[in-house]
Amino acid sequence: MSNTPKAGGLPAEALVDAGIAAPAVSAAGDLSSRGGLRRVVITGAGTINALGHDVSSTLEAFREGRCGITQLDFRDVERLSIQIGAQIHDWTPETYFNRQQILLYDKFTQFTLLAAKQAVAESGLHFEGALGLRAGVILGTAGGGLNTWDENYRAVYEEGKNRVHPFVVPKLMNNAAASHVSMEFGLRGPAFTVATACASSNHAMGLAFQMVRAGAADVMLSGGSEAMLCFGGVKAWEGLRVMSKDACRPFSANRNGMVQGEGAGVFVFEEYEHARARGAQILAEVVGFAMSSDAQDIVMPSAQGAERAITGAIVDAGLNLDQIGYINAHGTGTAANDKTECAAVAHAFGHHADRLMMSSTKSMHGHLIGGTGAVELLACIMALRDGVIAPTIGYQEPDPECGLDVVPNEAREARVDAVLSNAFAFGGLNAVIALRRA
Amino acid sequence: MTDDIRQRIRSIIAEQAMLDPDQVTDEATPQQLGIDSLGLVESIFAIEEEFDITVPFNANEPEKSDFDISNMGTIIAAVQRLVAEKDG
Repeated sequence: MSNTPKAGGLPAEALVDAGIAAPAVSAAGDLSSRGGLRRVVITGAGTINALGHDVSSTLEAFREGRCGITQLDFRDVERLSIQIGAQIHDWTPETYFNRQQILLYDKFTQFTLLAAKQAVAESGLHFEGALGLRAGVILGTAGGGLNTWDENYRAVYEEGKNRVHPFVVPKLMNNAAASHVSMEFGLRGPAFTVATACASSNHAMGLAFQMVRAGAADVMLSGGSEAMLCFGGVKAWEGLRVMSKDACRPFSANRNGMVQGEGAGVFVFEEYEHARARGAQILAEVVGFAMSSDAQDIVMPSAQGAERAITGAIVDAGLNLDQIGYINAHGTGTAANDKTECAAVAHAFGHHADRLMMSSTKSMHGHLIGGTGAVELLACIMALRDGVIAPTIGYQEPDPECGLDVVPNEAREARVDAVLSNAFAFGGLNAVIALRRA
Repeated sequence: MTDDIRQRIRSIIAEQAMLDPDQVTDEATPQQLGIDSLGLVESIFAIEEEFDITVPFNANEPEKSDFDISNMGTIIAAVQRLVAEKDG
């Protein structure tokens, strides 16, 4: 029993071998009539992260292979053993929000709203009237308003205060960002938040894609956000002893752990005919999504679980293996993830893995945990639209267990037709999205 | 003092491995005792709490750490050194 697909295609027996769930096979099995499924395109993108406050500056950093990881700067940082991160140092909420909004928005909501405004502006959409009823928002975050938790626990435990601000709960709740996005734009359809640790954004975007594809909505804003760079947030991660003290070096033999980042990415997912009818600019087409659970270990990843999500996304997209030119890796820079991910990709792609590029942009923007898949989707869009593959920077020594082309250190020009974005979360939850050039 | 540290570490490891402390010999490796990577991180945390020390250990590169986890004997020796440095 080999689940390595044959040249160029994914025969049915390979899918059975790979353990792809029956519904996923049947949904994509008959490519001539995809069950009335609609096409989904991306018509707007927005971001803020350590590399830039918008998409163009972020893509420029990707092209230059610039690193956004610096010395952390916040209260009590001297008590941390991990003191680096991809922090947004020049964040001034007053530039974007009024006093009342700042009182109500945790940093993860602020980041989300900024990215969402950019995405909606680029899309040119307005949600007054009927469209608002057919539009919604699904966002990913792992920690939600973690800074708010941190600040208020400090106030009551350390400083002995017996009173907190009345907005603490609406500020810290994980769905705060999704709710504020829905209010900002009048999105009155499905709106909720997905929390699956490091796969949150990919799960969110995958669900948004499925909703538009299935006809449950015509437009969905989706992506994710994280703002975990505070004393309590980093202190919790220190405990696991998987963080690097010096750099994020995915796939490099001398990698020594992950480095956290912060920020948000938000996209406008729109039904293709709707976008075409209004002459919208199409950044890329979302063509496939699959998710799987390892059902094995709370922290150690499984190559089989990852492979099932990778193969599932390709099947769902109706693509052949040789059409995938680039994968934005989960690529955390930990010993365990990177070798497991490379094994999963190598096994899923068979000999096609030799012609595949796979980079980890976490080396530049850090690991945004619940927001990471959203920022990483930008590298996928750049590959498809601009023909530029973002590099894995910090790469120093080849690792025989990570033997794929990881686009080391320098961006590369290459035309690719279809790409994948991987996310494999603690808890063994895997989510992979497939995009195609518009 | 040295024997006391050894006994306290053996108790911690035995609890983690769900074994009798007598089964935790100096020659035993964490793997032989059935302690996986997460169990090791948990054991090191318990050791840090027990002795009020900070153990330099990165799960990504255990072999590069100053804290030798090859077997119980090396772990005990490393803890003794850290305790001596703290008291020193």
